[in-house]
Amino acid sequence: MSYANAVLQGVFLGAFYAVLACGLSLMFGVMRIINLAHGDIAVLGAYVTFAIVDRTGASPFVAFLAALPVMIALGYVLQLTILERALRSGLLVPLLATFGLSIVIQNLLLLVFSPDVRALGASTGGLNTASLSLFSGGITIPALGVTLLAVALVVFGALHLFLSRTRAGWRMRATAEDPDAAELIGIDSRAVYAWATAIAVGIAALGGLFLAIRSVFDPVSGPVQLIFAFEAVVIGGMGSLWGTLLGGIALGVAQTLGAQVNPEYAVLAGHVLFLAVLTVRFGRVQLLPARVRR
Amino acid sequence: MKVQRWTRTSRIFTAATAVVALLLAAVPEVFSSDVVQKLTTLLILILLAAMWNALAGYGGLLSVGQQAFIGIGAYATIYFADLGVPPYLAMLVAVLLAGVISVPISLFALRLRAAQFAIGMWVTAEAASIIVRQDQNLGAGTGIALSQLFKIDPIFRQAYTYWLALAFTVIFLGLLFYLLRSPLGASLQAIRDDEDAARSLGVNVTARKRLLFVLAGFGCSAAGVLVAANTLFIEPGSVFSVQWSAYMIFMVLVGGLGTFEGPIVGAILLFAIQTTFTQGGPWYLVGLGATAAFFALVLPRGLWGAAEERLGWRLLPVGYWVVGAGNKETTRP
Repeated sequence: MSYANAVLQGVFLGAFYAVLACGLSLMFGVMRIINLAHGDIAVLGAYVTFAIVDRTGASPFVAFLAALPVMIALGYVLQLTILERALRSGLLVPLLATFGLSIVIQNLLLLVFSPDVRALGASTGGLNTASLSLFSGGITIPALGVTLLAVALVVFGALHLFLSRTRAGWRMRATAEDPDAAELIGIDSRAVYAWATAIAVGIAALGGLFLAIRSVFDPVSGPVQLIFAFEAVVIGGMGSLWGTLLGGIALGVAQTLGAQVNPEYAVLAGHVLFLAVLTVRFGRVQLLPARVRR
Repeated sequence: MKVQRWTRTSRIFTAATAVVALLLAAVPEVFSSDVVQKLTTLLILILLAAMWNALAGYGGLLSVGQQAFIGIGAYATIYFADLGVPPYLAMLVAVLLAGVISVPISLFALRLRAAQFAIGMWVTAEAASIIVRQDQNLGAGTGIALSQLFKIDPIFRQAYTYWLALAFTVIFLGLLFYLLRSPLGASLQAIRDDEDAARSLGVNVTARKRLLFVLAGFGCSAAGVLVAANTLFIEPGSVFSVQWSAYMIFMVLVGGLGTFEGPIVGAILLFAIQTTFTQGGPWYLVGLGATAAFFALVLPRGLWGAAEERLGWRLLPVGYWVVGAGNKETTRP
């Protein structure tokens, strides 16, 4: 029963990773870039929410609704200022520029919020600790886990509907397929890219909110979140949105199963799964990355 | 019109470099061991910058995980020294072992491109760090001292470590210089300029990249060994830290990506900054990150690349130049 429980907890944990990874996957799908500051942006979102909760005493969820427009605007500006320029300069520059940005965000957070560890779990009214025990404790269903799974399904579902059913979504997919052709039929690819990044940053902030609720965070928590998010994206298949949800869950299950063997192996098990998938998937030499599949 | 490699400046400068290397060897005879330790740090930075540039500047391989080799090299030194191997011999064995590990890693890593490679290497470093943390004999997560070196008089110890650092730096930079000037070098520079074009001209891109990857693996392992010898105490959190990658990226981007001299300039600059702002602190890192991003976006060939273009300097010649035929000196090969 304990392994069954570990798998179940892994699914809940994986839903969290999927939310973290969603924006990363969207940006890769639309612009073919990986934002190495993605984890730090999620942590920044957590801090903005934390600051509002700290000042007003509001519920973290209400505070997040206030923080969200700030983060979306930040994403929009980030694209127009840094990423747009980086995109034009080849494969390596976006990685270098966002790595620099990652260091800047981490250390600005250190300066503003001090290195102290923070958490928001206590202000959620018990959501982070409530759980239901089944089979005389063999299986536990945490309220936070169920919430995360629901949030992940809503986020991925909404993004799917946006991309497949709305005009703005069609424009985004057209730009992802071929930005030059999209320009020819009157799509402003700059605006599309800026909105893609804005949405990605908004979802990353949501990931940050749940990071703050389910555990603790500090200014240097970002890189680990980036690694987990990227692992979810790669395990699920780069460029595939629903794949990222499955990839996140696979990563979560690998970590909880690893922890079942030895608590210190949790993260290592996730890394091993990621490296194995990389080796198998890219076992053939590829000239171009796989095209967007949705 | 003729094809030229050496110019008068480059002859003088290359000879001067050799003289400087010889003069540097005499440093421990003249200066205090504090200066010697600082210079050892500078040599480690130069070595790291040159190796990261070999990967990114010539192979197009942007690694955020070279700290894997730094950490493995440092811990291998401790491991062999604890087995009873004399410490300085243990360092050489450690470089060999840690460097050889780059061959199996290259088998999977070189199949990846851009972000997959960058983060794939990062995860490799994280995994290595977790594995080291499990080993009680290596001090687990709390770190371990290279206690065998305590028995050596500090003045001699500092001098030996410095000479080892100088030797490693000269060997690895010399190897890179030789490699870039050999017939292989032209194909490496072709990969730097346009990988797909080089492949279509029949260059075996993967084999060339493997060569660079293994060279950088050995070089970074050597740097890791030197870190252990220079600081005498290591812990997984610092030797496997992604901060090393941040430093390497800063040095190479500011100095000049894809130029031979640039990373050396970048290393000297970072060393100067580190000695000025000794307490480090967040502002210093904010500046480092912002500067790296700025150079990536605005001056992708760094200070040296820009100077080279404007002034036509050719100090350590690794390319060929077409002279005559109307324009004095055309672009880099």
